[in-house]
Amino acid sequence: MNWITKMFSSSLGQKLIMALTGLFLCSFLIIHMVGNLQLFKHDAGLAFNKYAVFMTTNPLIKTTSYLLYAAILFHAFKGIALVFQNKKARPVKYQAFDGKANSHWSSRNMGVLGTIILVFVVVHMSNFWWQYKFGHVPYTKYTVNVGDNSLSSIPIDVTNEDYMKGFTEKLVVRPLGQVDEIIVKDLYRSVELGFKELWLVALYIIAMAALSFHLYHGFKSAFQTLGLNHKKYNGAINFIGIGVFAILIPIGFAAMPLYFFIK
Amino acid sequence: MNINLKVWRQKNGKSQGKLVDYKVEGVSPDMSFLEMFDVLNDRLVSEGKDEPIAFDHDCREGICGMCSMYINGRPHGPNQGVTTCQLHMRSFKDGDTIVVEPWRAAAFPVIKDLAVDRSAFDRIIASGGFISVNTGNAQDANSLPIAKDNADEAFAAAACIGCGACVAACKNSSSMLFVSAKVSQLALLPQGDPERNTRVLNMVAQMDSEGFGACTNTGACSAECPKEISLTNIARLNREYFAAQLGSDRS
Repeated sequence: MNWITKMFSSSLGQKLIMALTGLFLCSFLIIHMVGNLQLFKHDAGLAFNKYAVFMTTNPLIKTTSYLLYAAILFHAFKGIALVFQNKKARPVKYQAFDGKANSHWSSRNMGVLGTIILVFVVVHMSNFWWQYKFGHVPYTKYTVNVGDNSLSSIPIDVTNEDYMKGFTEKLVVRPLGQVDEIIVKDLYRSVELGFKELWLVALYIIAMAALSFHLYHGFKSAFQTLGLNHKKYNGAINFIGIGVFAILIPIGFAAMPLYFFIK
Repeated sequence: MNINLKVWRQKNGKSQGKLVDYKVEGVSPDMSFLEMFDVLNDRLVSEGKDEPIAFDHDCREGICGMCSMYINGRPHGPNQGVTTCQLHMRSFKDGDTIVVEPWRAAAFPVIKDLAVDRSAFDRIIASGGFISVNTGNAQDANSLPIAKDNADEAFAAAACIGCGACVAACKNSSSMLFVSAKVSQLALLPQGDPERNTRVLNMVAQMDSEGFGACTNTGACSAECPKEISLTNIARLNREYFAAQLGSDRS
């Protein structure tokens, strides 16, 4: 066995894989959060729909997205495999086990929390990502009303979707005003309609709670695995891990389905 | 005090074990937990109905690392920074029911009752937890300068008595805290430096082959460690290991 396989198949190496893929997924959450905040803009979804075109056509983002899909699969399935592998290290269970006396609940349930997140990711991607790329998302036409400068979004039927694709890609890079109208796939409307479903909103909120607990332990744990446990930096790592990843991000994401459900 | 015990009884490594109820009466609050077991064993021997309960112990002053009871769901019982022999009955209430089990890990097979085989730790130490020097007269201490901070940290790591509470506490039965303490105590000192790469590589390889689980940084090990070995040692173990794999000629 050469040293690379030896390193990554050791217990420490497998931890390293989980830490690196986990932190990469954390960095994605920030991008996803910032982008999706455009859902809260009062522009009939124009900014969000333009952003969706950008995210699915920009070559750099497309390349990174394949890395991201690989990281999600790797992190999830490696994590599940590790849970079962670690269970084998204790074939006979304790009759009395007082876990809460010495460790946080989230740190002992990363596998369960991760599985909830994985189920969520599958539902989430099949609802929006799959529909956008391979399914049917209706088109809409944005125009500026001459009188009061307000935006209007009118759904339109598109018969030749392939032709439209090239057409919208050219148009969205230029702001409305330079062009008379913008025709894009109306993902905003899909989001709006999707989040009228109570069960979907509930799933999103449960998943975001799971994400919060997963990252409460996961973020600082990743740094420990990388060997970065130092009193000079632990404060900052804890602050970002709890403040940003366990509180801000899950609340921000949970606010989106809630906003559309109540709206 | 009167104490109700539920003790794991198992004839040998191959037989099935189970919890057996015992009532111990007239326990002094000043007895150690092990002395309470001595009283119970005295009774079992004099009654002649049951074999005495097998449990490990040696120094009974918290430095040998032999005692190893999993008490009410926690290694070495409810108190912080003590071994089972340093746990006194005043930490319990009259009439309490206490569940006592052996360390549970595939790498620590039960020998009998509460005694487990911890020779996996010995094999890990034998794989690299030492320095190779010819013995002889001690050299002058001033010829080998060591920073105070490093000396302190190495000493704190060296306080590990190898009892295995870390393995018993960990939900994955990981021995990472033990291995990291042993790697750290030598990695922090100049005497340990010449063999630092082979040491960490061999010890981690031996640890993995013994069937311990992996560390998921729950921190249970450090919280239950009678010598309060810090989790920073596990971070150091990770650094030492990846530095040795990525940067040394060894593999």
